[in-house]
Amino acid sequence: MGLPMKIRATSKDGVTEVKVLMNHVMETGLRKEPSGEIVPALFINEVTAKLNDKVVMQAQWGPAVARNPYLAFKVKGGKSGDKVSISWKDSSGDARTDDATIS
Amino acid sequence: MNLRHQASRRGFLRLTGLAASVLALAPRLAFAAWNKAAFETKALADAYKALGVESPIASGDIQINASDIAENGAVVPVEAISKIPNTTQISFLVEKNPTTLTAQFDLGPDMLPEISTRLKMAQTSNVIALVKADGKFYTATKEIKVTLGGCGG
Repeated sequence: MGLPMKIRATSKDGVTEVKVLMNHVMETGLRKEPSGEIVPALFINEVTAKLNDKVVMQAQWGPAVARNPYLAFKVKGGKSGDKVSISWKDSSGDARTDDATIS
Repeated sequence: MNLRHQASRRGFLRLTGLAASVLALAPRLAFAAWNKAAFETKALADAYKALGVESPIASGDIQINASDIAENGAVVPVEAISKIPNTTQISFLVEKNPTTLTAQFDLGPDMLPEISTRLKMAQTSNVIALVKADGKFYTATKEIKVTLGGCGG
């Protein structure tokens, strides 16, 4: 299920700017606990962005995207009240989708 | 009656037309499964090979916005802006990280070629923005100095 994302979408002059803050540990699989035990890899590897249910962008990530990933992008179209939807899937198969309304 | 029939037929045609155009778009954003091989590469040349990149062209039309010095390698904000027409993909690669390819963004036709995100950097390294446009690959490179590593440091 994961934890909720923060999504902010604003429209100006026919372009929608979307800023997303995801909530994820993004473990690389290289970090060790003080005990010496390796923390297993766990990271978001697929991200999809939709504007009004139409896919506009898809990303593939490795473990070196920073913890609690930040993503910002701009897409043509979209107006106040329209829907932006962001989905991610992580390396364990966990997935989450959050929506935001363009302001 | 006849008129109504025609109207609904027209509506149906419009719908199928829409469906067809959505399908036609699909190949541009072909949602390949996570490219494990590419994300496990440990050197720039290997990453390029795994991504099918042959002799990418260094381009002044790609801008990397990031500070020259990252005090904390665990959170390094970067932005790539491409001014190359028909940019369909922007990727970030960190040359000296344990794995080179960090993120790859496939842009649909409505997207502006501008992506901001935050990367982890193990040490001072070149960061490469790799842009795909009209099937060709272009790069911009920026060295970011890291004073505190981001991987287990």
